[in-house]
Amino acid sequence: MSELAHGADGPIPAAEVPEMELPHPHGWWTTYVFSQDAKVIGIQYSLTALAIGMVALVLSWLMRLQLGFPGTFSFIDPQAYYQFITMHGMIMVVYLLTALFLGGFGNYLIPLMLGARDMVFPFVNMLSYWIYLLAVLVLVASFFVPGGPTGAGWTLYPPQAILTGTPGRDWGIVLMLVSLCLFIAGFTMGGLNYVVTVLQARTRGMTLMRMPLTIWGILTATVMALLAFPALFVGAVMLLLDRVLGTSFFMPTLVEMGQQLRYGGGSPILFQHLFWFFGHPEVYIVALPAFGIVSDLISTHARRNIFGYRMMVWAIVVIGALSFVVWAHHMYVSGMHPWFGFFFATTTLIIAIPTAIKVYNWLLTLWHGNIHLNVPMLFALGFIVTFVNGGLTGLFLGNVVVDVPLSDTMFVVAHFHMVMGVAPVMVIFGGMYHWYPKVTGRMLDSAMGKVHFWVTFLGAYAIFFPMHYLGLLGVPRRYYEIGETSFVPASAHDLNAFISVVALVVGAAQMLFLFNLIWSLWHGKDAGPNPWRATTLEWQTPETPPGHGNWGRELPVVYRWAYDYAVPGVEQDFVPQNQPLPPRAQVAKGDATP
Amino acid sequence: MTGTLLFFGGLVAFALWWLSRQGLAAKPWLESGVPGDAPAGDTTISAAKIGLAIFMAVVSTLLVLLLSAYSMRMEMADWSPPPRPGLLWANTAVLVLASIALHHAVHAAKRGRRDAVASSLLVGGTAGLFFVLGQLLAWRELASAGYLPANNPADAFFYLITALHGLHLLGGLVALGRTGTTLRRAPLARLQLSLELCASYWHFLMAAWIVLFVALAFAPPLDWLVALCTAPLR
Repeated sequence: MSELAHGADGPIPAAEVPEMELPHPHGWWTTYVFSQDAKVIGIQYSLTALAIGMVALVLSWLMRLQLGFPGTFSFIDPQAYYQFITMHGMIMVVYLLTALFLGGFGNYLIPLMLGARDMVFPFVNMLSYWIYLLAVLVLVASFFVPGGPTGAGWTLYPPQAILTGTPGRDWGIVLMLVSLCLFIAGFTMGGLNYVVTVLQARTRGMTLMRMPLTIWGILTATVMALLAFPALFVGAVMLLLDRVLGTSFFMPTLVEMGQQLRYGGGSPILFQHLFWFFGHPEVYIVALPAFGIVSDLISTHARRNIFGYRMMVWAIVVIGALSFVVWAHHMYVSGMHPWFGFFFATTTLIIAIPTAIKVYNWLLTLWHGNIHLNVPMLFALGFIVTFVNGGLTGLFLGNVVVDVPLSDTMFVVAHFHMVMGVAPVMVIFGGMYHWYPKVTGRMLDSAMGKVHFWVTFLGAYAIFFPMHYLGLLGVPRRYYEIGETSFVPASAHDLNAFISVVALVVGAAQMLFLFNLIWSLWHGKDAGPNPWRATTLEWQTPETPPGHGNWGRELPVVYRWAYDYAVPGVEQDFVPQNQPLPPRAQVAKGDATP
Repeated sequence: MTGTLLFFGGLVAFALWWLSRQGLAAKPWLESGVPGDAPAGDTTISAAKIGLAIFMAVVSTLLVLLLSAYSMRMEMADWSPPPRPGLLWANTAVLVLASIALHHAVHAAKRGRRDAVASSLLVGGTAGLFFVLGQLLAWRELASAGYLPANNPADAFFYLITALHGLHLLGGLVALGRTGTTLRRAPLARLQLSLELCASYWHFLMAAWIVLFVALAFAPPLDWLVALCTAPLR
């Protein structure tokens, strides 16, 4: 190891990072409800996202009941089925995954991992959460309005999204669009905070290249979200105007039931471009924080420095940039100039390169590591396997000629559930088991955790593996009921029933997780400040759970990168980032493995 | 479309330029110690300024995407843009005035003259209000001439683009109002920062409006740019 500026002769004076004024709470309401502490806001975001995620989980149960046992449940009519699909998709992608990764993990971890006291704009940060909550409430309200929530499919494609005959055409679609606009406004407030905090509030010694990969993932995803969400915002506002004021941004000339509608001249394809210009980066807005978190989980629980840290950072940035030039691969079946198809297929396949670099680096980090198969590690491993699985089918679907026949089949459902459903959720669980001890001071019960993992992991495969096969058979997605179709064999119906039963079981396993979250609050083992013996700053706080302002009197000073595990020649198997010198003598330059 | 690509190209180029100065080629696993005496974050620029810059980039993205949708729609055969109200020229002038006034306010604050700051703020704020009122009048003028949002996409785009710009301007007015209320008691250094932020935002709103105005009123043909960019494909 080489020494930078300061000598090896002991501690450095306290950090000269300018102290920020913290808005200190004055009582119960400002401590726990209208709190401006990023940690409380992070917990609020997480709990709200989990709550609305439970709604989406129940919706998926209802959908599976219909698909597995068509006609058995009289309350699921075609209209309700489409509403379930739409709300399930939108809630899971936007209100659960995006909010939980950026709002939840982002708020909790960014200041702690960077050695900051709080986010740079605490008030705006608080506002961000409350607007998010409002967006969620508006969305939930659509279940209770006449006509129910919209059933336009989570992509909300016009013209059908706002035509009569689509469920929720009267109120549901309006509330959905308003809720999305609110969400975006709220997210922008949070996003500004995350980016400026990373740029400005890092403690002394925390260079960009010493940041944990979690922060790199969240930072890049936030920048992407800030640039991608405006596209959804524009699309949502224009669609809203089409619906409410009768403009024709997206609505072509239409004849409905023999009646010429007043619309005319709009372009539905324009909406698709706007939607997917947001929609594809959205995949990576969810995936990049997951990549970052999983890197930290693997390194910590395999007691080994992350392999190819630099390459990991570069790959995150490259994936972020590339994800803006692939959106039209969601639109192959909408028809496009062949050159466009060629271009977008090429860019799509190129993304596989930085992604594969990350996967190899995770595997090489595990190689010869001291792998602790505890619950966070299990989920991290589950993520790698699932992400590779989902990514490989992505290579199929990225090609125009393969995508066109498969596009409207269950194959696509299987692909995106693997790659952006199950895989990020694995990381969310892994992250929660990993950081729960810091948040609450107690460990989650690991026996329950292992049951939760195995049921979820094996169950997810039992659900989504057969779906690939159904898709190859030609079983269409989005259909309420297949009925008697000549090319669908009877065995496909049995498979559908099997998938539905497993889906119920996997859903039930999540209740165990929720129970664990609550039970461990009182009965969990005492965690102590650093139960995983991890190097990053959040584990070095003077109090657990950390108090308001995080660091007591003085900010920590960072002396090293985040992955000094099993450093050769050092007795302790980890060296925290804020520790000036390892207990033993310095190692000769070049000994440390990259 | 071309404009969007250029805009995003610019953003990516800036991001890469910035990243290239952040020592991304460092080998952190070989280093320990504290590099230099400075804190890691760049504290020479205040966090609020960076936050505002990022916010303006987000708003620009929004407007660029809107313009790109507008220009894509413009190419279709049935495009019939509404006549441009002459009032828009006056509104543009008023907005430029607001921007200049805020510029003056910043300079007055630097010289420590609270009175000049107050009067400039008043002129700027009033001009901003007049701009919003002027836009509403322009809407009325168009609407009474029969150009309603539901008639033609060109009309709808006019209302949408002016409305979104106007909403951001109203946000700016709120910020300006808040700065105005602290005028008497806030220390000048703090006031200085608020004024600089307000002025930057208003310059941005003015620049954005001029781009939007040109696009709405003159709809410049960008065929040559499209031809240039698609030449390799043909």
